[in-house]
Amino acid sequence: MRRVVPASSWRGLHAPWPRLTQRAGTFRRREERGRVGPGHDVVNRGRGLGFVLAMLLALLLTRPAFAVTPQEKLPNPALESRAEAIGGTLRCLVCQNESIEESNADLAHDIRVLLRQRLLAGDSNEQAIQYIVARYGQFVLLRPPVEPATYVLWYGPVALLLLAAAGMVIWLRRRGRSAAPTAPLTDAERQRLADLLRETET
Amino acid sequence: MRKLFYLVPLVAFLVLAGWFGLALRPGYQPEVLPSAMIDKPAPSFDLAPLNGGGNLSLAGLKGQVVLVNFFASWCVPCRVEQPILMRLAKQEHVPLYGIDYKDQPDAARRVLAQLGDPYRGIGMDPDGITGIDFGVYGVPETYVIDKTGTIRKRFVGPLTAEELQQELLPLLKQLGAS
Repeated sequence: MRRVVPASSWRGLHAPWPRLTQRAGTFRRREERGRVGPGHDVVNRGRGLGFVLAMLLALLLTRPAFAVTPQEKLPNPALESRAEAIGGTLRCLVCQNESIEESNADLAHDIRVLLRQRLLAGDSNEQAIQYIVARYGQFVLLRPPVEPATYVLWYGPVALLLLAAAGMVIWLRRRGRSAAPTAPLTDAERQRLADLLRETET
Repeated sequence: MRKLFYLVPLVAFLVLAGWFGLALRPGYQPEVLPSAMIDKPAPSFDLAPLNGGGNLSLAGLKGQVVLVNFFASWCVPCRVEQPILMRLAKQEHVPLYGIDYKDQPDAARRVLAQLGDPYRGIGMDPDGITGIDFGVYGVPETYVIDKTGTIRKRFVGPLTAEELQQELLPLLKQLGAS
């Protein structure tokens, strides 16, 4: 007889493809099924946790390539670090996805030089940024300002997430409620149930 | 009431499809940025001339509606818009001035001799400083400056015949160009 896994064990979900429920008792783990090659499982050789951790560490140590040339760097390290910090927040308008610090474009070079000139002239961070925004618009800022025009951009994803979460909660509650127990069976119904079960077993 | 919830995915899909469909409409170019200098006074500039005569300066251009076109000899799309600029200059008689952006004067002269010179005056901007003041982020770009020296419109990329007919000429007429 075919073993049917009762629906309640799948936690209320429809059973996936019928084949999985049929094979529920026949699934064997990989090691039992047979080796991949002679002796060891080749895929797992030398790829333990240590290797994975080493790779992750290497990934963490990477940095994007910066395009600032030595000639552009200001001699004053404080000013230079300010320039690099601000430059990291300014978009290269040619590439439009890189900051001016990372981009190789000519325009990025020009704006890097301009930024350093403004800082040398004594501008504060805000003033230097405003100088560039006045010419190129808000789009030059990689981090858009939080203002009514950009509320959708900033709060939209969170709002959507909350909406979806609320929807899920409502949906799950509704499903839980629909599985409420009905009235207990009467004697006649119990008898009929026993008859039906006896029928299927034969 | 519960049945209405089944419509939510459909409505969401239609909204998104409409949104994405809008992005697919012809003529939609998101990489073209609006100028931050529209309706602001044009930055003053005073550039050495390419071909002699006096400097090209903003003060010298006041009092008439002008087009300032940033171009360069190394710029390939500038060659594409050259016939349109010639038409503007010769047929429509629009005051067209050029700024040679980050270029070598000899190369610029060579290209103009080769293709024709539509400009009433050309200034040289070898370091791109005037370009940055205008908010130029590529060549070619064309700025419409009205009689008071205010930037009214920017065209990014080579001027096309459609832009000429549908946007530029009506704007010039509106601003009172000759």
